[in-house]
Amino acid sequence: MWRLEPRSDAPLIWQFATPVLAVLATMLTGAVLFGLMGYDPFGAIRTIFWDPLFGASAGYSRPQLLVKAGPLILIACGLAVGFRAGIWNIGAEGQFIIGGITGAAVGLAAYPAEGWWIFPAMIVAGAAGGWAWGMIPALLRNWFGASEILVSLMLVYVAEKIAAWMAFGPMRNPEGFGMPGSRNLTQYPSAANPELIAGTGIHWGTIAALIAVVAVWVLISRHLRGLQIRAAGEAPRAARFGGVKPSALVAFCLGLSGALAGLAGLFEAAGPAGQITDGFGVGYGFTAIIVAFLGRLHPVGIVLGGLLMALTYIGGDIAQMMMQLPSATVQVFQGMMLFYLLGFDLLTRYRIRRRPA
Amino acid sequence: MIDPVSVFLMLLSAATPLLFAALGELIVERSGVLNLGVEGMMITGALAGFAAADATGNPLIGFAVAAIAGCAISMIFGVLTQFLLANQVATGLALALFGLGLTALFGKPYEGVKAPSMALGPLRIHWIVWLGLAMVPLIWWFLQRSRAGLILRGIGENHHAAHALGHKVHLYRLAAIGFGGAMAGIGGAYISIATVLQWTEGMTAGAGWIALALVVFSGWRAFGVLAGAWLFGGVTVLQLRLQAAGIAVPVQLLAMAPYLATIIALVVISARRKGSAAPGSLGKIFHATS
Repeated sequence: MWRLEPRSDAPLIWQFATPVLAVLATMLTGAVLFGLMGYDPFGAIRTIFWDPLFGASAGYSRPQLLVKAGPLILIACGLAVGFRAGIWNIGAEGQFIIGGITGAAVGLAAYPAEGWWIFPAMIVAGAAGGWAWGMIPALLRNWFGASEILVSLMLVYVAEKIAAWMAFGPMRNPEGFGMPGSRNLTQYPSAANPELIAGTGIHWGTIAALIAVVAVWVLISRHLRGLQIRAAGEAPRAARFGGVKPSALVAFCLGLSGALAGLAGLFEAAGPAGQITDGFGVGYGFTAIIVAFLGRLHPVGIVLGGLLMALTYIGGDIAQMMMQLPSATVQVFQGMMLFYLLGFDLLTRYRIRRRPA
Repeated sequence: MIDPVSVFLMLLSAATPLLFAALGELIVERSGVLNLGVEGMMITGALAGFAAADATGNPLIGFAVAAIAGCAISMIFGVLTQFLLANQVATGLALALFGLGLTALFGKPYEGVKAPSMALGPLRIHWIVWLGLAMVPLIWWFLQRSRAGLILRGIGENHHAAHALGHKVHLYRLAAIGFGGAMAGIGGAYISIATVLQWTEGMTAGAGWIALALVVFSGWRAFGVLAGAWLFGGVTVLQLRLQAAGIAVPVQLLAMAPYLATIIALVVISARRKGSAAPGSLGKIFHATS
């Protein structure tokens, strides 16, 4: 018989090893799955995980890596702070959408004026929109004790409906021949979020993501608020005795993750997406949850996790084109990776010992 | 002129998926487990049930297969949280995302296929709707009057005490999770087989999450779940009626109604109760030290 013995520490080696193991197990399971579905298993895995970086069309797909990883990292950084404190914002997708809408609204309102102040104003509006959308579950939890998990998730659906309404109603491009969707912001220089260095995929969102990574690292490891967050997550009672106000923490964490998700939404709306459409939310907010866990809720890990998830997105697109693999394959991979990670995590928290007979 | 009987029948139908999923989750949460993956289990049931109904031409077989599929996928959550002691919130979330992806992957061939027609039961109501209604007193009886239900509640309130009394905490919880999965699967299949009559990607559209909110709303009681499901069925029907009546509000804004109603209901209930009705060990990992 075997038994589990809780570890008092989480050994560094396992903290690094479990995400790697999870990725390998996902590849293996994926290969089996593809084999069963009648695809070439090794070809499919290579197409998803290798070709985007080193394949024939890598010149095109490599910049895409940063385009996709940027929003994931930006959102996941905010989520990780809350998750560490045991505050579960799972509605980042909604905050992303609202941030995109409020940010784009400022740009569309200024149209066709040109000016240096327009894009910064959009950034502020995007962050404020996401912050406000994140504060709804925070306040409802603080005032009434409503679960932030369920409220933030419900607000994703509400945000999706608002995006659809905007695309068909108030924000519809007056020169769009009746097509749904706003004006394309990339064709409006003062509001556009262009590629900054040609061929790299770096836009202002990537820069913001890097700043967020450093800021969150400082917050968590060097700041008093970070200590409170870690304490609240690991020993809630002790944290309360230590003078941490739970309601202030809830507002801080949901506000921060909302603002970062809103920023990601704005950069997306003004850059890669270009406009607010019916389907503006493409799931970055949900994938970012996986990124946060894959990165062990640590900023540096999140960068790696974000790049990996971006890789699967791009690889999935290539596999769809080259091998006619369904686009949903990537979603399955991402879910599977999180399952494996959560399972292997046992090794970080427990020691497996043989039970004396 | 709106016929009140037909409106009530519509309400019953709209409430059924929520009723099944929320009753299942009620048992799960009463055992002290928080499974946030209801959405993933519902959509799995919706696709598996639809596929089976399409293959056999018999919708009732579809519902049986949906229950099995929902139960099967819930076991991923069960093994991860009960034996590998994974965090329940994260695992549930993963299940929701995984279920949506998996069904999108395997559902492609069924897009545009029409569901086989289903014979109605007494009073022009689907048999499944009757089954859902019958489950309410059954689950009430199980929780309040049966021995197994008492043990289940005990495990949910305090797993250490129940373990000390010699009850198998992990096995009871695994069974509860499986039951929750089967119920969610049936609820999802009702959407694809009996309501929408076809398969579309992501068709449960948050019903699983609303079901989770319903359990909170019910105060973890079976008849409370029924009341909540009818309330939400009512909101859905009302919203569809207003859309059909061509009211001067954009369709997209009307479609928010069920989600906003969920938030309002959560706020009202939480404000009144401050969460004290929740099982004592809800969401906590149990690891026997001896």
